Amino acid sequence: MAFRKKAATPPPEPPKPRTLFEKIWDAHVVDRQDDGTCVIYVDRHLVHEVTSPQAFEGLRMAGRKVRRPDATIAVADHNTPTTAGAMDDESRIQVETLESNVAEFGVPYFDMTDPRRGIVHVIGPEQGLTLPGMTIVCGDSHTSTHGAFGALAFGIGTSEVEHVLATQTLIQKPAKNMRVAVEGSLPIGVTAKDVILAIIGRLGTAGGTGYVIEYAGRAIRELTMEGRMTVCNMSIEAGARAGLIAPDETTFKYLDGRPSSPKGGAWDLALGQWRRLPSDKNAVFDSQLDLLASDIPPMVTWGTSPQDALPITDVVPDPANAPDENRREAWARSLAYMGLTPGTRLVDVPIDRVFIGSCTNGRIEDLRAAAEIARGRKVASTVSAMVVPGSGLVKAEAEKEGLDKIFIEAGFEWRLQGCSMCLAMNADRIEPGQRCASTSNRNFEGRQGRGGRTHLVSPAMAVAAAIRGTLADVRDFQ
Amino acid sequence: MEKFTTLRGVAAPLPMVNVDTDMIIPKQFLKTIKRTGLKEGLFYEMRWTADGQKKDFVLDQPAYQSAKILVAGPNFGCGSSREHAPWALLDFGIRCIISEDFADIFYNNCFKNGILPIRMPKEIIAKLMDDASRGSNAVIEIDLEKQEIKGPDGGTVHFEIDAFRKKCLMEGLDDIGLTLEKKSSIDDFETRQKDSQPWLHAAS
Repeated sequence: MAFRKKAATPPPEPPKPRTLFEKIWDAHVVDRQDDGTCVIYVDRHLVHEVTSPQAFEGLRMAGRKVRRPDATIAVADHNTPTTAGAMDDESRIQVETLESNVAEFGVPYFDMTDPRRGIVHVIGPEQGLTLPGMTIVCGDSHTSTHGAFGALAFGIGTSEVEHVLATQTLIQKPAKNMRVAVEGSLPIGVTAKDVILAIIGRLGTAGGTGYVIEYAGRAIRELTMEGRMTVCNMSIEAGARAGLIAPDETTFKYLDGRPSSPKGGAWDLALGQWRRLPSDKNAVFDSQLDLLASDIPPMVTWGTSPQDALPITDVVPDPANAPDENRREAWARSLAYMGLTPGTRLVDVPIDRVFIGSCTNGRIEDLRAAAEIARGRKVASTVSAMVVPGSGLVKAEAEKEGLDKIFIEAGFEWRLQGCSMCLAMNADRIEPGQRCASTSNRNFEGRQGRGGRTHLVSPAMAVAAAIRGTLADVRDFQ
Repeated sequence: MEKFTTLRGVAAPLPMVNVDTDMIIPKQFLKTIKRTGLKEGLFYEMRWTADGQKKDFVLDQPAYQSAKILVAGPNFGCGSSREHAPWALLDFGIRCIISEDFADIFYNNCFKNGILPIRMPKEIIAKLMDDASRGSNAVIEIDLEKQEIKGPDGGTVHFEIDAFRKKCLMEGLDDIGLTLEKKSSIDDFETRQKDSQPWLHAAS
């Protein structure tokens, strides 16, 4: 004991364990004010025709330039036709405005004839423009999709689009951390879409407000990148601006060899950094939700908020049983809009339309899952159904695999890529009173067309509904 | 951006929960390349029937046609990032929205357009909703400097707001201009990042 001496200085404190979100945030702080407001650097900026015209106009008025055209990519997707027909004047002007803006400001652009053109949240990952550890923004709330790669990705308004174009930064305060863990393996017939609908059903549409949600647990790790994108995509429907999934071998395998992924030595360097991104073991989350994969059945929404999600085996709920006054009123309004009676079995609800596509479920794996159910079957005579690939490359791949023929033979329309009937800005929309089983992300009133009634489902469930002519349980088809 | 210091005006009640941005401004109005003239689309489907007849929406009732304040149900502005929603509200004349809570993107978008979103507890919202339902007598005053709402009966309540956002609203600041003052920090950040993560700066 004679050798023991007092340390001259206290031992250094072990570094504070950090979440994935905190690691990405810390790595992007350019400036921090005393009140915690930060200037955050943006690594990738995705631009589309609907939320950018006023931003470019703002730059022009102020005589400003785009700071990093090389970190920016533009594409028209929201308002583009999915048939060979002409666009209406307003839509055409909007696309032409994007074209003249990208030319004037030198922003890379996938034009209307480019086979790589597609939904902005499909093409980013497809091109390797979405990478782990990045900050990614876009004037679109479903930018949360890119969180599947362990990138901090969130939607912004047009003023912020202009701010990013001019400065490559945003003024932000850090979000709170929420961890949603789904343990165990998913049962047969249950997909990423059912998982996220079940999560939103539990959290509620505002449950994630102020948070970034990190999805974890075995069921999440076992998802493909496409499935992870579906989960992160709908984070905003729970109010969370961003969703995150820790990058792992599945992520790296997906990215290896993509056109804009790092190559050679840069790939090795990147991989070393990406492997250090996952949340530290003792990282502290402000909130936690745990689910068991085995408790999640195929899901469907019955109302006009994504939180109105139920197992397909359930019945239309009764507002009298709502958990609080707010929900009671909202449920009653939803049921009136949706034309549904409490107690009706969901599998007895007839449908008129089916939409397969969107940034939620318009990727190749989604189309494969849908085609598997459609193969050798026929769309009910009372149903009009369409498949809209998420990008030109998804479309080409599906055609290479013969999925288009399966859909067409089953009675689906096979369309050109774009956002289409997810938001119904182009000519694709449902008519008043029509009911649609849709793989998109929002069932708001009027979302798919004035008076249209939307039921959110997975791609396989959408096909099951198309064939049966009612909402249906995909497990009866397997 | 127009400065926001004090506001005195009629408050309109909109007690619905989860008013989403598709309700505030439906998609057909997003085809514009301008940010003005959007009041035509404000709450369009709640204001007009499918065959073009006016419904009796609160903002069309005589007492509320010049409303400057909206007292709204919780989770106001959920859904899409469309800034057309605050643009449409502003174009109508709404400069302040009071709710239990707001969706993040919408909340943020308000500040960029000189609109003050105020979060208030449920009990206060209930009181303000009651005040607002008294029609054109429901004049409410907002003092941003003091962070106070004065109801028609003269009673005041304090509200919280982020100091930086308050300053930007009160001075009508262009935050791009503010950020550009930090250009050298951005330059330094990029230099460091190019060194540590060169793949983020390769030509895409």
